[in-house]
Amino acid sequence: MAAYLLRRMINYLFLVIIAASVTYLLAAWIFHPENNWLARHPQPSWSVIHAELKARNEDETLTPIWTRYANWVNGLLHGNMGIEIGGNSVAQDMGRRIGVSTRLLALSTVIGSIGGVVVGVWGAVRQYKLFDRVSTGASLLIFAMPVFTLAILLQMFATWFNNATGTHFLYYVNEVSNPNQPFWTWSDLVDRFEHLILPTLSVSLGSVAYFSRYQRATMLDIMGSDFLRTARAKGLTKNRAIFKHGARTAIIPVATLLSYNAVLLFTGAVFTEVIFTWHGMGEWFISSIGQNDVNSVAAVGIFTSILVLVAGLISEVITVTLDPRVRV
Amino acid sequence: MSLNANALVDEAGSTDPIGDGPQVSTGRGRLVLKRFLRNRAATIGLVIVVLMFLSAFVGPDIDQWKYTDIDFENFQTPPSGAHWFGTTQTGQDMFALCMRGLQKSLIIGLVGGVLTTAFAALVGACAGYYGRWADRILSWFIDLFLVLPSFLMLSILSPWFRGKTWMILIPLLAAFAWMITARIVRAQAMSLKNREFVSAARFMGVPGWRIILRHILPNIASLLIIDAVLNVAATILGEVNLSFFGFGVQAPDVSLGTLIDTGQQDIGSYQWLLVFPMACLVVLLLAVNMIGDGLRDALDPNAQGAKSKVRRPKAERRDSTPVLTEPVTVEVD
Repeated sequence: MAAYLLRRMINYLFLVIIAASVTYLLAAWIFHPENNWLARHPQPSWSVIHAELKARNEDETLTPIWTRYANWVNGLLHGNMGIEIGGNSVAQDMGRRIGVSTRLLALSTVIGSIGGVVVGVWGAVRQYKLFDRVSTGASLLIFAMPVFTLAILLQMFATWFNNATGTHFLYYVNEVSNPNQPFWTWSDLVDRFEHLILPTLSVSLGSVAYFSRYQRATMLDIMGSDFLRTARAKGLTKNRAIFKHGARTAIIPVATLLSYNAVLLFTGAVFTEVIFTWHGMGEWFISSIGQNDVNSVAAVGIFTSILVLVAGLISEVITVTLDPRVRV
Repeated sequence: MSLNANALVDEAGSTDPIGDGPQVSTGRGRLVLKRFLRNRAATIGLVIVVLMFLSAFVGPDIDQWKYTDIDFENFQTPPSGAHWFGTTQTGQDMFALCMRGLQKSLIIGLVGGVLTTAFAALVGACAGYYGRWADRILSWFIDLFLVLPSFLMLSILSPWFRGKTWMILIPLLAAFAWMITARIVRAQAMSLKNREFVSAARFMGVPGWRIILRHILPNIASLLIIDAVLNVAATILGEVNLSFFGFGVQAPDVSLGTLIDTGQQDIGSYQWLLVFPMACLVVLLLAVNMIGDGLRDALDPNAQGAKSKVRRPKAERRDSTPVLTEPVTVEVD
């Protein structure tokens, strides 16, 4: 089992390195960082522009792309992620933003995956009963909403809710009320929680809906199966048969989706961060594309790669735990 | 194809008690259609999509305004008889703009969704059926594309396709959306290929590509159809997501994404700028998903909701069901 996991992890690591490289190469090939200086008034001389670009390892006119890529990898190996267009260190900015996105994503992943599996299994067990109809309707509605639509509607709801109740319970901008408040005090945690509610909902509702649909479909396939009837026939109660034999098998195909949902979640987080003005990796990504900032975009690529790696590990562990066949 | 044969028996049994009348020739397509139409939500979804098609492609001809027209007498006016959905800040007709956006969403979704699923089915089935090196190589590509976030990649690519036609979004969206379906298809194909009917075909000398097309894919047809419909919705979403940040469809052309982006900036005061494009998008996606759900029920012979009102005695029904539902995902040796 450990060998299996290790093999899968090496595979993931390899993929993730390629993914991060593809991100860098695409950005380096497509972006034109010199536009940032060409658009200035008065326009700086080309020698100044070349010097600025060279400092950022982004001079596409003088340095071939493979040399720039080699420089970037070399820098990474020495813990140097380069300089942003604005002149700040990429590593410094990433260090600040990575925590914001991780807090948002960690909670959303847990809520999204567990919620989705539970809703899906229960919906299949109670097919065409009230719970199934309500959850089907709700997930169809959520499916029909892009994250930004959901986020905008949540904001409108929060405004209405706060006005109606005369409170400020639901916050819909920023991560904390006061950026300088002390960490880890009780009021800080409560404040953070209040700011988390809506963004977490906006990121995770989509994956609850997504998983519950797949989970319901696989569970329904299993519900009519022979081995479940056998389980009932040998005297297990309906619930025991369904949850010990049915759900366990039905979760396996969905568990592979869990890992790649990380990518989907991050996309959701990009919209949520921009709309709720959280200064995380997603917001950074959008502004970096606008600035043709190759180094920052590559840093976001590295971040999503790490996300996939972690999520992949979790999903493999789930599969190994549930499916005895891969343990051989 | 056990699914097909039994579905026929099922329907023939409930409508034609004699069993060997002309009813036996009822095709699978007719049967599924019948079951589909029996589902009210799915039928409503289908009607909505057809209506949206009509309004998106015929509506602009009825409306007196083109989406590029500017009405200098109406800037940011609420919905009225002259401007059904109101006007924008620059005096453009909101209805014409929404229909223009809807056209794009419909074309991108339908073409992209089918393209995505077809590609995914072929890749997944080849990997699962052929196994060995084919599986290794294809799975590696599946895994690689899975760790490349579609939205991020397309956003990075956006400066490159900015000047080109918006049609280029269709293959691009499909190129980054096929992997999960392919993975599921691969897993199903792997367990199907050891089943008796596939072995029988193989021993009879049927070539691999034919087995994939005639035996593997039809057996997971319901999954593929549901997935195709989900992919239609996903492709529509993908385009709208890109356009929301200005990475997709570019001005002066519009898409529902760009319309919602401009609409949400005046969220408090000019609701019609946000409500109409948002409603178009949500209703379209809702209808597409309702069709997908209806198809699932229509394609699954066990689904209770899909059965006709004529019920056979309980014992008889019990007898006929198990053959249909052998699980493909679990076979512990």
